[in-house]
Amino acid sequence: MESTIVRAENYNAYFGDNHVVKDVNISINKHEVIAVMGPSGCGKTTFLRGINRMHELIPNATAKGKILLDDQNVYDMNAIYVRSKIGMVFQRPNPFPNLSIYENVVAGYLLNGIKISKADKDVIVEKSLTSAALWKEVKDSLHKKGTFLSGGQQQRLCIARAIAMQPELILFDEPTSALDPISTSSVEALFHELKENYTLIIVTHNMQQAARVSDRTAFFYMGELVEFDDTKQMFTNPSDQRTQNYITGRFS
Amino acid sequence: MTPLENEITALKKELINMWILVQSQLNKAKDAMVQFDKDLAREVLIKEKRVNSFELKIDRDCENIFALHCPVAIDLRFLLAALKINTNLERIGDIAAGIAKYVVDSSVNFDVAAMESTSMIRMYEEAVNILIDTRTAFEKEDTVLARSIFKRDDVLDAINDAASATVAEVIKADIDSLPEALYILSIIRKLERVGDQSKNIAEEIIFYVEAKILKHYESSHRDLPGEEQQG
Repeated sequence: MESTIVRAENYNAYFGDNHVVKDVNISINKHEVIAVMGPSGCGKTTFLRGINRMHELIPNATAKGKILLDDQNVYDMNAIYVRSKIGMVFQRPNPFPNLSIYENVVAGYLLNGIKISKADKDVIVEKSLTSAALWKEVKDSLHKKGTFLSGGQQQRLCIARAIAMQPELILFDEPTSALDPISTSSVEALFHELKENYTLIIVTHNMQQAARVSDRTAFFYMGELVEFDDTKQMFTNPSDQRTQNYITGRFS
Repeated sequence: MTPLENEITALKKELINMWILVQSQLNKAKDAMVQFDKDLAREVLIKEKRVNSFELKIDRDCENIFALHCPVAIDLRFLLAALKINTNLERIGDIAAGIAKYVVDSSVNFDVAAMESTSMIRMYEEAVNILIDTRTAFEKEDTVLARSIFKRDDVLDAINDAASATVAEVIKADIDSLPEALYILSIIRKLERVGDQSKNIAEEIIFYVEAKILKHYESSHRDLPGEEQQG
């Protein structure tokens, strides 16, 4: 039985007076891969950052409505706790440059002052890097700086760092837009594996990527969630004309 | 227009040109048959090569568009439909050539009275009209016209079903007419296929425009748009 992990209820986000996300209602199930697409400035990234309460870190940014994680409003929870439950991977790989690969993976624990034993750390590092399909490539150089890795490897290291905190949900903000095609396909293959244990929400500008990796796709336009449906349906016969215009490149 | 829209417009034009050629092949084969004009029949056989090269070119164009433009939604449906319409048109072209071949092979001219009594001429005219109307439906994306093809194909089917009896009558009346009677029967069978191919084309037009799948769907339900399967 599919169960909802995260739900937005009448969610609105603003930058000052600028209303960038308008009355979004969406319900996402466990172990789903959701692609979020839409033209630049449509509010998709802002919506994503609203889910793990990163939106409010920007001066003047406000939000209304609810984001429910397992039926609890994230705005009633401790923001740091929310961000540990909802991991995030960004457009450009951003491993901590002064930390080793090993330290990068457990950075969430180190920086939050969570004390864990060396043995536990070893287990977390191996498990997370294995889940991020990076273990085999880096197991002999765990104590080298993370920045020595290639772009694709760095991005998988960031994914491992997100996984290490055992989140329920992982948000990806255009995770492959700075990667070459080979690294992109390795990250996309990883999405399929991660789906077994996590729920993924991926903001992407690459429509073919949305089509390839996701179960359902959300289309945002001018701050509104225009259409949210099975990816196959969206790419063969979308119900909204605006979606059709966007995916067929007919937007003027 | 986007590059993909340009490609699709060009492809549509190409398909319509093929349609016009196939239609002309079918008409010429008919004239060759009625007038027993072997030269005209030979012309149809020669022009069959042009139909074939249209088919190859359209296949290749579709392949290139898939590879280079990754079409989705209505564009994807158009291309899938274009591929199948292409095949159906080529088969109608084959049928025209097949009829022309009978004219070339036959040693006697076809008796007009026999062609009338078996309703073969009427069937031929209706088959050509159906093909013309599928082209109009395609050009104008007119799914009402496309749906009307299903009913009209029933007329061809009825003539085809009665053909064994009507052709038998011709043979009974004059046993010497046996060879031409058999040609007439074969032509009726071929024209029935033109109806089927046109029906397939009509289904593809509806799929492309409305994203509805009518293939293998009970013919009695085809006129009820609400009950069709969603593509």
